[in-house]
Amino acid sequence: MGTFVDYAATGQAALAEIAAAEDLDTIEQLRVAFLGKQGSISGLLKTLGAMSPEQRQSEGPQIHALRERVTTALAERKAALESAALEARLAAETVDLTLPAPEAPRGSVHPVSQVMDELAEIFADLGFAVATGPEIEDDWHNFTALNMPESHPARAMHDTFYFPDASPAGGKMLLRTHTSPVQIRSMLQHGAPLRIIAPGRVYRSDSDATHTPMFHQVEGIVIDKGIHLGHLKWTLETFLKAFFERDDIVLRLRPSYFPFTEPSVEVDVGFALVTGPDGRTRRALGGHGDDPGHGWMELLGSGMVNRKVIAFGGLDPDEWQGFAFGIGVDRLAMLKYGMDDLRAFFDGDQRWLSHYGFSALDVPTLSGGVGTPA
Amino acid sequence: MKFSLSWLKDYLDTQATVAEIAAALNAIGLEVEGIEDPAAKLAGFRVARVLTAAPHPNADKLQVLTVDTGAGEPLQVVCGAPNARAGLVGVLGLPGATVPVNGMVLKVAAVRGVESNGMMCSTRELELGEDHDGIIELPADAPVGTPFAEYHGADPVFDVAITPNRPDCMGVYGIARDLAAAGLGALKPLAMEPATGTFPCPVDIRTDDPEGCPAFHGRVIRGVTNGPSPAWLQDRLKSAGQRPISALVDLTNYVMLGYGRPAHAYDLAKLTGAVMARRAREGETCLALNGKEYALTPEMTVIADQAGVHDIAGIMGGEHSGCSDGTTDVLLEIAYFDPERIGATGRALNLTSDARSRFERGVDPQFLDTGLELLTALILDTCGGEASDVVRAGQPPLATAVVAYDPGLAETLGGVAIPASEQRRILTALGFAVAEDWTVTAPGWRPDVAGAPDLVEEVVRIWGLDNVASVPLPRADGVARPTATPAQKLERRVRRAAAARGLNEAVTWSFLPVDEAAAFAEGAPWVLDNPISEDLKAMRPSLLPGLLAAARRNLDRGAGSLRLFEIGRRYLRGADGASDERLTLGVVLAGDRTPRGWATGKAQAFDAFDAKAEALALLAEAGAPVDSLQVMGEAGPQFHPGQSATLRLGPKTVLARFGMLHPTTAKAFDLTGPVAVAELFLDAIPARRGAVGFARAAYAPPALQPVTRDFAFLIPADKPAGDLVRAVRGADKVNIVSARLFDDFRGQGVPEGQKSLAIEVTLQPTDKSYDEAALKAITDKVTAAAAKLGAVLRG
Repeated sequence: MGTFVDYAATGQAALAEIAAAEDLDTIEQLRVAFLGKQGSISGLLKTLGAMSPEQRQSEGPQIHALRERVTTALAERKAALESAALEARLAAETVDLTLPAPEAPRGSVHPVSQVMDELAEIFADLGFAVATGPEIEDDWHNFTALNMPESHPARAMHDTFYFPDASPAGGKMLLRTHTSPVQIRSMLQHGAPLRIIAPGRVYRSDSDATHTPMFHQVEGIVIDKGIHLGHLKWTLETFLKAFFERDDIVLRLRPSYFPFTEPSVEVDVGFALVTGPDGRTRRALGGHGDDPGHGWMELLGSGMVNRKVIAFGGLDPDEWQGFAFGIGVDRLAMLKYGMDDLRAFFDGDQRWLSHYGFSALDVPTLSGGVGTPA
Repeated sequence: MKFSLSWLKDYLDTQATVAEIAAALNAIGLEVEGIEDPAAKLAGFRVARVLTAAPHPNADKLQVLTVDTGAGEPLQVVCGAPNARAGLVGVLGLPGATVPVNGMVLKVAAVRGVESNGMMCSTRELELGEDHDGIIELPADAPVGTPFAEYHGADPVFDVAITPNRPDCMGVYGIARDLAAAGLGALKPLAMEPATGTFPCPVDIRTDDPEGCPAFHGRVIRGVTNGPSPAWLQDRLKSAGQRPISALVDLTNYVMLGYGRPAHAYDLAKLTGAVMARRAREGETCLALNGKEYALTPEMTVIADQAGVHDIAGIMGGEHSGCSDGTTDVLLEIAYFDPERIGATGRALNLTSDARSRFERGVDPQFLDTGLELLTALILDTCGGEASDVVRAGQPPLATAVVAYDPGLAETLGGVAIPASEQRRILTALGFAVAEDWTVTAPGWRPDVAGAPDLVEEVVRIWGLDNVASVPLPRADGVARPTATPAQKLERRVRRAAAARGLNEAVTWSFLPVDEAAAFAEGAPWVLDNPISEDLKAMRPSLLPGLLAAARRNLDRGAGSLRLFEIGRRYLRGADGASDERLTLGVVLAGDRTPRGWATGKAQAFDAFDAKAEALALLAEAGAPVDSLQVMGEAGPQFHPGQSATLRLGPKTVLARFGMLHPTTAKAFDLTGPVAVAELFLDAIPARRGAVGFARAAYAPPALQPVTRDFAFLIPADKPAGDLVRAVRGADKVNIVSARLFDDFRGQGVPEGQKSLAIEVTLQPTDKSYDEAALKAITDKVTAAAAKLGAVLRG
């Protein structure tokens, strides 16, 4: 008995049908039609059982090869169709990525805060802690203990804001005119040795383009044994070099007068007149003030702490001595970052804050540099 | 303090240039604020002779001059001065010169059709006087062609800032002394021949207030001729910025400016009987030389005679007894007044004067006689007359500081080693008496010197502060230790957290208009006595009003979306009158939270939940236990009553308030549109235990997966959702790790007056997975806890 089957032709026909399939359903139908339990190729396989061993020997491999070819073709066609379907779906999902993404607002840190953080960082390295004190002060801490008794002419120079209220000690309440009262409070609270800076708001009854009735100051004080003017000079030089991130900062010390220091020293710093691309000339700190194209600008007041002040701080001036200095924080910010109107610092103009403010992540660190490049 | 170079050279023998003197003044602490060089101002002006003067063809009041400038062809100049005439020698400004009075630059120009090659000048145009009636007329022999600056004598004027401790340098002689000590030349001795009195002083002089006026010296000069001062004196006073008045007045001013020694000259004819220093009496007044009437009090010292008060002692003379051109006999007063009394009187009267600024800083009590002799000699020379004997009432406080000095202090305090011999030289040159054992006695003109540090300052400033070398501060061993307090670290952290959340940090005034402060105050705010304006008067009791005003300014400028914050103090009243300043953070959100967008549709305004989000996020950064906070009411009357709340830790501790601004508050700040605000009371956040350092409790992630279960409850609509969430979360503290509300529904299917709240509860199994019984037990606990609030599980 022999039924001749043309395996090659059967295969060709099946492969042609598979190649013509346009969707996955058709592929599935073909799979069932060829390879399912009732499928045509499955049927061929079943014929093997009835064959003679010789016939099976010759027919078997052909049927198996046929099934293999069809199986492979089905899988390949299925994969191709799936891939095409995926591509079509993805193509349909295309979006215009030039459209704007959701916006996250950008916040900013005020330049005064940034500069105060920079100062804290620089002075921490020199061993200075940060101290604070009240802004609504009494006249004892603001004046008397700083060697400015009631009749002192320097009191009048301070343009003080007063409150009608009496202080706990019976004196006048006022807005502190400088951060120096923190010297007294720190000495009384911590004793000696002492190394602190005291940044904060101070108030003078004064208002024009370069003066506002409220501004920021940072006080520095060192009380120890054997501290002298040379230490003051080094500390200021080191601080200013670190702050302005320049090695060519040159200081000029001039004798001056402050009731709370003796000797008293006014400190000038050399600057160069630099004309920017916009044609505006501005002062850039650095260089010797007497060099051509340079000048000196008054930067801060300082001196050796007056013996009376040390005594008011509860310490023995025969045992302890030290230096103190005070400098405008807003001024430092203006000199470093180039703002030219102090009043804008306190206006809260969001455009100004965004322009001159700092990213939250611009945390001043000594290792990263205390300044932030523009 | 202004003075001319020639005045300085009266007292200082020096060859130093103006630049050298200026540098030395700066170096020794007499800060040069300016140098006015008239030569520079008068550059381009020359002595010139008018050769011819002819009427201007086109103008009645003008003339056309030909002017000889001493070189080249004569120039044609148009001039309007009535005194311009042939033969006049005057001052010609050449093209290119700048007219001092108005800054106009001269150029060749046609005046009414006639070319003019310069300008003949008046004294006012050259700022040499007030005369503008005609052009300057110089003597006929003035050298034509000479630069006018050279002819006129260009005397540079220094303007020096004198610190309050140096009354001695409020006289040119004191400045000369300092410069001499600094090596700039030799100090000339005072040129003085005491005048012999030719008659007894006819006036009885005394001091009835030895406290306010310890010493009062005087003398009469009779037969003087008063009138305008001679030119040299006028020039001196003008160089010092003073207006010449009359010889007698000018000479007292000259002695004050030259030697730092105020004095006063009374017209003797206006005085009656004895002249005394005494306290003013209640109700007395004095019409001072500035034309103002001052009401005096018994705390003030005055100079008076039988008839009344003539002088506010040491501050300003009186109009009535001042010298005039008709004065023939004068009484000179040289007194020593108590500096504190002068200062107090000046402050009380709000009256400043050159005399006050010297007396209140302390004039030399040893200089009374010398000063009087100098003044007498000058008056006799200038005004003639004859002097009486000197009368001396009282005794000035002659004692000066005696300091046991150690020259080693220059190095240990001043930071620079100065040879002892050099220190001795410097101190001696400054007038100090230095004994062999270094006991140093201060001169009478240095009331500021009290102790050794003052002497260190003297030797270091003269030796040169530039010579102080930098010496590193000794440094603690090891790595730098943290120097910020926990509160400071918290402030820095919260600030940067706020900025990272998209908020812009503002710094606003500490003071506000009173009504704005009152609107946010709980007690009486601190209000200034002497504010700079009504807008800056009351200390802020909250950070919100300042931020709201800033928000208004921004919105007025067209800002569409505003996120501002500030960290600073709010000012409260503490115990017994002290100030209580608390660290606070304010947030203002105004305008659009999100602008209209292609994906999000219409713009969305900020709402109360935005404020809540900021408050909670920043409190979390500040270390507050945000999971334990309760949302309660009572944010304050400034807030929308239905859209504001406080965040509390327990019923009493308020950590923050937030919500929408009350429309009335918004209106008061001229804000339109919804404004969301938050205020965080950072001072109220309890310190975290173990917050120092980075230690953490041990933690191992659970081995089993968490399970979520959703619950929907029906609950009366007015019950706060937060209470239900808290109740659910707390129903089984072992198993429930979180409860999150995800739906708040009212409407179809929900009975009237009720709402449906859906909560996703996360359960974390510990040692074994949940079985049905365990889940049922937890569900029962949740249902029971909710039932206590009147919530019923939805079927």
